[in-house]
Amino acid sequence: MSAVASRGDAMKPILEARNLVKRYGRVTALDHADFELRDNEILAVIGDNGAGKSTLIKVLAGAVIPDTGEVLLDGKSVHFRSPLDAREAGIETVYQNLALSPALSISDNLFLGREWRKPGWRGRWLRTLDRNRMRREARDHLNSLGLLTIQNIGQPVETLSGGQRQGVAVVRATAFGSRVIIMDEPTAALGVKESRRVLELMLDVKKRGLPIILISHNMPHVFEVADRIHIHRLGRRIAVIDPKRFGMSDAVAIMTGAMPPPPPAEWAA
Amino acid sequence: MQEQTTGQIESNRFESGLPAEDPTVAVFEEGDRGAVRRIQHFLHAYPTTIPFIVLLLSVLIFSLIVGSRFFAPLNLSLVLQQVTIIAVLGIAQTLIILTAGIDLSVGAIMVLSSIVMGRLAVINGVPVELAFPIGLVTGIACGAVNGALVTRLKLPPFIVTLGTWSIFNALVLFYSRSETLRQQDVEAVASFLQWTGYALNDGLRDVYGYLKLNMGSESWPEWAFRFGGARITYGSILMIIIAAVVWYILTRTAFGRHVYATGDDPDAARLAGINTNRTLLAVYTLAGLICAVGGWILIGRIGAVSPLGGQTANLDSITAVVIGGTSLFGGRGSIIGTLIGALIVGVFRNGLALAGLDALWQEFAVGVLIIVAVALDQWIRRVSL
Repeated sequence: MSAVASRGDAMKPILEARNLVKRYGRVTALDHADFELRDNEILAVIGDNGAGKSTLIKVLAGAVIPDTGEVLLDGKSVHFRSPLDAREAGIETVYQNLALSPALSISDNLFLGREWRKPGWRGRWLRTLDRNRMRREARDHLNSLGLLTIQNIGQPVETLSGGQRQGVAVVRATAFGSRVIIMDEPTAALGVKESRRVLELMLDVKKRGLPIILISHNMPHVFEVADRIHIHRLGRRIAVIDPKRFGMSDAVAIMTGAMPPPPPAEWAA
Repeated sequence: MQEQTTGQIESNRFESGLPAEDPTVAVFEEGDRGAVRRIQHFLHAYPTTIPFIVLLLSVLIFSLIVGSRFFAPLNLSLVLQQVTIIAVLGIAQTLIILTAGIDLSVGAIMVLSSIVMGRLAVINGVPVELAFPIGLVTGIACGAVNGALVTRLKLPPFIVTLGTWSIFNALVLFYSRSETLRQQDVEAVASFLQWTGYALNDGLRDVYGYLKLNMGSESWPEWAFRFGGARITYGSILMIIIAAVVWYILTRTAFGRHVYATGDDPDAARLAGINTNRTLLAVYTLAGLICAVGGWILIGRIGAVSPLGGQTANLDSITAVVIGGTSLFGGRGSIIGTLIGALIVGVFRNGLALAGLDALWQEFAVGVLIIVAVALDQWIRRVSL
């Protein structure tokens, strides 16, 4: 993985944030925080509870508007006013609670909010949904990520297991996310076997050329898939480490303040 | 931690593993599920089955008790006429309950719209071509007020519509001065408002008579227009058309999907990019329009324009929706279920009346039906892997 990350084109930053500040009353959630996601990588974001990492992620996903600082996508400054803005810019988020509608089918969920209508007058005047097209495409999307163990595309999401639901949420993000996928604690609610599948899924997504931001508390999972690890502490980025050169206990020590962060010269290349 | 000790996934291995992946991760254990669990799952997948079976059973039981009188076409068409208004309000109510809301004001909106249509035309001398659309707009406005209060002030729908129910009722009494417009008076200037009470039989007979006179078509016997004694009103036909349109909207359009998603999990719907406030506002407004059409049907049904019509329609509409298998918690249910629910209520009331039981037992039976229906809904919702 490090071989890939050191390639010239992989160094190109896709999503950047500079000097983000966000205050809630007297609480400073983001204190001049920086962020950088490069092409073709899985960047893990770790930090203790209250370190401000979820505020950082919400800023990147458009759910929180920072007081100051700027966000750049492909080097251009962007101003997200809502999660929809971020989505339209190609940043898809897989939320921890997955944001799926349990009673709706898999294909309804995949296309929720961006449904296809039938071509011609039926779509234009009667606004008829093209259900066949959506089912077909849903099946293709699931197929492309090796998730066709889910048998029936029309079955309600609530009949799926936790891992399958996560799969549906990831497929939805990859089907529409053109630039960046943000995954918030994707393995937190899953068993060992299902976690494996989701981690494989992430590597598959990365292979398809989509960079991923992974927020997780699970150090073994982070160290398994991440190319670089962004460590957040007290509202700012204090280090970006290479999981090859630092161990899990080092990462936890830096994250909790038990060990001084490495100087920028030793950050992950 | 039971992670791989290497710390890195060997992508090749997993890549090659994918096509032949052990499918047991995703297969549901059909085998060791008990019969009850299987029924529970079936009902979860097809929730209208129960109301449908209840309807069949109640028809069967009442036909055994009261005999052929129950199946007389006239009686069946009477049941249909009796359930028409409840069904129309039930359709409006279904839309709202699907969003996990409730509308206690549907009956009041219906009566207010009918009073506006009737009094404008009969008392204020407004041409019926104008009075009728103003009545419809009244219903739309009432629904929009409900929707605005629910979405802008973020008040619970129960409270909002409890309040507007009182307000709309007060407006009914204010504008109608508690007077009923007599059937003859309405007929004299605005017979169009009573059209929903006319029978399709008579309409066909008229059309046929016209054709015979002008085009000399062959003569049809009189019984062809009698429908075996059944009397199908235009109001009932209108109700079926409304049901078909709303069914189409709910099941075949993106808006319909958004209604379900909004009721199912509003946060998830918002994160998926749905403007839940706009969806809710549209739902309450559409429900208001449907209630106004219900007001038109109400005038046809009673002939007169009365501020006291449809007193029980509010709760009856909720009853029909709930018995029809639509969940009060939102996100699950169907228009077909509501129609069946309304028919069940109608069949029970009619059958018990034909059986010679006091009207209080109709209320009793409907009460039992509601509790059983909600208990079943809870049980079905508990289905999980």
